[in-house]
Amino acid sequence: MKENQKTYWKGIEQLTNEPSFVKNAEKEFPEYLPINENGEGSSNRRDFLKLMGFGIAAASLAACEAPVRKAIPYLNKPVDVDPSIPNYYASTYVNGGDAVSVVVKTREGRPIKIEGNKFSSMTKGGTNAQVEASVLSLYDKERLVGPKKAGSKTDWETLDKEVIAKLGEISAKGGQIRIVSNSVLSPTTKRSIAEFTANYPTAQHISYDSSSAYGISEGNRRSFGTSMVPSYDFSKAKTIVSVGADFLGTWISPIEFTKQYSQTRKISAEHREMSRHYQFESNLSLTGANADYRTGIRPSQAGPLVAAIYNGIAAKAGQAKVSGGNAGDIAHLTAAINELWTNRGAGLVVSGSNDPVVQVLVNGINAMLGNYGATINVNAPLHFRQGDDQAMSSFVKDTNAGLISAVIFFNCNPVYDSADGKALQAGLAKVSLKISTSDRMDETAALADYVAPDHHYLEQWNDVELRTGHFSLVQPTIAPLFDTRQVPETFLKWSGKTVEYYTYLQDNWRENFFTKQTDTSNFQTFWDKTLFDGVFETGGNSQAYTFDFSAVPAAATSIAQNYKSNGTGLELALYEKVTMGNGSMANNPWLQEASDPITKTTWDNYLTVSQAQAEEWGIKMDDGTTEKVTLSVGNTSVSLPVLIQPGQAAGTVGLALGYGRTSAGRVGNEVGVNAYPFITKLNGANVYDVFAGVTVEKTGESYRIAQTQTHQTYMGRANVIQESTLGEYKKDTKAGREYPLIYKEGEYIKPSKITLWKGHEYNNHHWGLAIDMNSCTGCAACTVACQAENNIPVVGKEEVLNRREMAWIRIDRYYSSDAPVDDLKALEKASENPEVTFQPMMCQHCNNAPCETVCPVAATTHSSEGLNQMTYNRCIGTRYCANNCPYKVRRFNWFKYHDNTQFDKNLSMNNDLGKMVLNPDVTVRARGVMEKCSMCVQRIQAGKLAAKREDRRPKDGDINMACASACPADAIIFGDLNDKNSRISQVLKIQEKEDGQGATERVVEEDRAYHVLEEINVNPNVWYFTKIRNKEKQSTEA
Amino acid sequence: MLSKKLLVRFATACLFVCCFVFSGQQAFAQRDKIPTDEAIIKKGEGLFKEYICNSCHAVDKKVVGPALAGIYDRREVDWILSFVKSPGKMINDGDPQAVALFKEYNQVMPNQDLSDEQILSIMAYVLHTEENPPVEAAPIATATGAEGAAQSGGVPSEYLNVIMVTLIVVLVLLLVVLVIIINFVSRYLKDKKQLSAEDEEIVNEKFSVSAFLRSPTVIGIVTFLVVTLAAKNVIDGLYTVGVQQGYAPTQPIAFSHEIHAGTYEIDCQYCHTGVEIAKSANIPSVNICMNCHSSIKTDSPEIQKLYAAQESGKPIEWVRVHNLPDLAYFNHSQHVTVGEIECQTCHGEIQEMAVVEQFAPLTMGWCIDCHRNTDVNTQGNGYYDKLVEMHNATSKTPMKVADIGGLECAKCHY
Repeated sequence: MKENQKTYWKGIEQLTNEPSFVKNAEKEFPEYLPINENGEGSSNRRDFLKLMGFGIAAASLAACEAPVRKAIPYLNKPVDVDPSIPNYYASTYVNGGDAVSVVVKTREGRPIKIEGNKFSSMTKGGTNAQVEASVLSLYDKERLVGPKKAGSKTDWETLDKEVIAKLGEISAKGGQIRIVSNSVLSPTTKRSIAEFTANYPTAQHISYDSSSAYGISEGNRRSFGTSMVPSYDFSKAKTIVSVGADFLGTWISPIEFTKQYSQTRKISAEHREMSRHYQFESNLSLTGANADYRTGIRPSQAGPLVAAIYNGIAAKAGQAKVSGGNAGDIAHLTAAINELWTNRGAGLVVSGSNDPVVQVLVNGINAMLGNYGATINVNAPLHFRQGDDQAMSSFVKDTNAGLISAVIFFNCNPVYDSADGKALQAGLAKVSLKISTSDRMDETAALADYVAPDHHYLEQWNDVELRTGHFSLVQPTIAPLFDTRQVPETFLKWSGKTVEYYTYLQDNWRENFFTKQTDTSNFQTFWDKTLFDGVFETGGNSQAYTFDFSAVPAAATSIAQNYKSNGTGLELALYEKVTMGNGSMANNPWLQEASDPITKTTWDNYLTVSQAQAEEWGIKMDDGTTEKVTLSVGNTSVSLPVLIQPGQAAGTVGLALGYGRTSAGRVGNEVGVNAYPFITKLNGANVYDVFAGVTVEKTGESYRIAQTQTHQTYMGRANVIQESTLGEYKKDTKAGREYPLIYKEGEYIKPSKITLWKGHEYNNHHWGLAIDMNSCTGCAACTVACQAENNIPVVGKEEVLNRREMAWIRIDRYYSSDAPVDDLKALEKASENPEVTFQPMMCQHCNNAPCETVCPVAATTHSSEGLNQMTYNRCIGTRYCANNCPYKVRRFNWFKYHDNTQFDKNLSMNNDLGKMVLNPDVTVRARGVMEKCSMCVQRIQAGKLAAKREDRRPKDGDINMACASACPADAIIFGDLNDKNSRISQVLKIQEKEDGQGATERVVEEDRAYHVLEEINVNPNVWYFTKIRNKEKQSTEA
Repeated sequence: MLSKKLLVRFATACLFVCCFVFSGQQAFAQRDKIPTDEAIIKKGEGLFKEYICNSCHAVDKKVVGPALAGIYDRREVDWILSFVKSPGKMINDGDPQAVALFKEYNQVMPNQDLSDEQILSIMAYVLHTEENPPVEAAPIATATGAEGAAQSGGVPSEYLNVIMVTLIVVLVLLLVVLVIIINFVSRYLKDKKQLSAEDEEIVNEKFSVSAFLRSPTVIGIVTFLVVTLAAKNVIDGLYTVGVQQGYAPTQPIAFSHEIHAGTYEIDCQYCHTGVEIAKSANIPSVNICMNCHSSIKTDSPEIQKLYAAQESGKPIEWVRVHNLPDLAYFNHSQHVTVGEIECQTCHGEIQEMAVVEQFAPLTMGWCIDCHRNTDVNTQGNGYYDKLVEMHNATSKTPMKVADIGGLECAKCHY
């Protein structure tokens, strides 16, 4: 076998071999133990004696009589609620312009976990980090508990009376009324808004999105005559070219796109084909990290680059060329053009730019390639981004000009998250009636006269139209926790209607959607079925669209004018983090502590800069310690830390939106800096790039960023990542595999031939996991899903800095380059644009588990079903197991994280409201015990019991781990290796073979499947599949 | 005259007898309508308990409602069928028999959602029970079979005590006799006065109690005994910390399992609805109590507490008897439905408890013991087929819970 020539590294520290990294690499825990940081000195012997004496007295007193515990049953037990049996309800996650069909798991009437809805043809059961975390936001005690008037408590009756009176007065005088919202996806809510605007003729509805796609809808208006964001089908695309669109992470409908994309990345010996993905971008995005070819560009090159692709295709298609500026020499561009042309009708070009003219050219490219009707569907446009940047801009201008008399901010926070937040804040002083419906006193609600708080999405009835003809119902899974009211009901009330929203919703469905189906003639049957499925589809429209090339030349001219890149000066590219998104869920500690897939950073945003740029500024980054700089564009400047980011395009810096909240709540306030003021305008749209005038000044101030990245290294061991290229794989399915051999008595043999362990017999089940590194995009949905399922505490930034994060599953992100380790120069060049590999890493449930061997109290043991069991009540906290774990997946409870004011950001365990989210089937761990992935043993036990009660074996798919079920890429497959028909047995191609001594042995025959660190023969039950890149040759330069 | 009188009397008597015989024939005709099929009787018995008829009716005696024996002789079958379904309606409609019943018992039986066939099968059960009255005795319930067997196998404890006391008495008597003999012998030897110096020393030796007590051997033995006993007590005490066996707290309502589960033989599942399907057995909610107590014993002060709860909307705060620590996961349905373990195995003779007490220690050792000794209930359960096959291939003993991973940590701790 060929030696793996690549060098894998987790961060710049490892790459440059910083002394501090070398020192820490060999230690799992830092030397200092700042447990007594707050106290003055350590406790002395006398204190110890006092405490011990008191302790003994207290313990003996406590032992005398057990506390009386109550068992309080229901007064009238609801028919369908049985204590300890979960109920599942189909519903829809809605947050601003995002919506995902979900299934909500409730226990005793409390929603505790969100899963994807498999019936949805869009997301097909996938979720992402924000969807998974949203259940905790329901129990956020900083939500408003009732309506507010001028910041103080009021009741709905008063609020309604006063608001109706004031609106009537304004309307009578002809004063302008505005409803401002993010994209409204609910057709029935839109209807209620229409009732409102009909009642108040001067009212208008304006929508904006903090991450706008106005450029796309406006571009489509120019190309097709209709404003829309079409739907895309990446699953049909053989060649994918993305210019700055992070479609796997944050762009428009990332879960849906990940589902589609991952289908094209699944390969096997029988199916040796996959899509090829070119990415041109400035910041290293999640999508760029998954691309086969990635090229770093300046934001100002994006326009000319699209024009160059247009011209390249036009030349082949015999269309007229356009003059779209000069993109310069861009790697992989020609290859991308040629391949797009070869795969006409099976390619897809997307751009993340919000400049309408760029989108016009992108449309032109797709039109020339015949991608419309194949990979792009204009007849079923997506509804997630309907915001109109121009309307929003003129609204802000109007407020400042004093032309607006009343404004209702419908679940949005434009003072914080719009491009003109500051101007709006000033303008609002001139608006006489300001109403907000926010669930908390956010930056906008704080300025409002009245706050009429909305229900959380888990508390309300509603509907959502995700794309034209694709509906999803929202159904309440808990009675409203507080005295809140649904916004559409509020609109109806203010329009003088007293109808309950649920009735209104049903009426709307009876009139408009019931009539579009033929399955049943009974509305109740239709409604019940739709409610059960959660989704209802009527199909897109049948309008005929033709692409209008006449808008192209003007668009190209505009690009030539605006995108003048001369390759000097600094450019700023704003982006959203996959975890935090637009910042509306900033008070959700699960999202704050979820490690960013690329930078592996928690609790912060920062300026991402390239290694070369950092060297130029003389900034070094070492174990999270970095320097703060001042970033200025025009009059806007912020002071923020620098993070050296491999793959950051030369001459660019990146900054994440969604941070720097001031009124999100105790968790989200003052985390990072607000990047929204840096949004610029181009062709009437908000543009998230700054081409010129970006200056960065050093402040000399030191700062520590809490990264999980450089922790838990493998100390230079090879074989952790095994990868190859598609070309190699086509020739040999063993491509990229490493087969370590061990020397014994004069010959080299397989590691499994020598063992100290006796092995285990699995008569019943043998649970295992197969993880496809080719599908995994690193999106972090699994880590948050695991956090919710397994009651994993949030430890806060300080403790992450102390390397004490508690996540049971982490996604290791490796950069790689083919330069030899000793060639430092080449390595640094490689860090300009490295390859990236994601590897979800959790307890490997080793059959020869090193942790089990060293536990002095047998607190970690092996089960007869292949699980490595961790018994908290037996653990005494020696941490030997963690020291002996080759995968570094064990976590120690350094503190009591529940009911502890020092960990008040751990919302799910520190107040009665937050505790409602805890999974009652999983223990909340005490201080001083070890914990780790249990393979969701509570789900395994529940699934087995359900099967036993029905006198049968569990079927494949009955039981699924939280991470596997959340995964939008289907990269994690859980199942019974003993079940021949299970999916996992089939993908691993498990065969029964004679072992030469009469007994049969089960052997994994799949060539791509390997164990991480096979050479130490711990024989895990978790298998990884080699990463295959669709590259011509294995090289970063290819 | 006489003969005429006699004739009249005879005729009257004949008429009486005829009437009696006739009516008797009619009654037997009704009886014949009742099915006697074994399966139907079984089904009837199940329904009798499922619909908790037994909370108000018994076959042979009057309880809250009339005794059911002979009902087929007293009433038309059709009357019974319609009365069981909606007694209130019949009373309102002025059916004389129904009204008479209401006057006698001053209560209306709740409507029963039963089919004709089901009611007939219940009557079949009643008839069967009437004809074959259950044999009293056989007090050893099947649930405690193992315990009972253990007791009957050894010597009963009261006999053991008698034997012990007798033994001690015999020993004391023996000691007294020995002392008397020693005294007698030494006096005899003293009187002889022909002893050697050595022997005289022995004979004249005085027994000093204080010297005996002060001797190092005695002190050593006593100290050792005291320390050992104290240590044993401390260790035993520590082992019972947190063990609440025998815990029988006073409940807010003096609910008696003895009456409900014992006397009226209401199925446990009727109130503990979760026991076959869920982790928790469920303490019944007030609406379940009200199924019966909306019309039964309505003036009892304890029952009044139910009405108060219903009215105030505040659920009843029962005191938890079985406090399994949070770190242990226990699922009722696994044991009751899959394992078909009797409730009494862990909860004791609950049907005899006026106040519920914790029967089992609920310690981990107790759980483990049972998992070691209990055969897995694999009969007819497809889940276990392959496991049984594999187990039988290598072992002759039946498959225990411990053989299939029942002692593993993560079966209960996660």
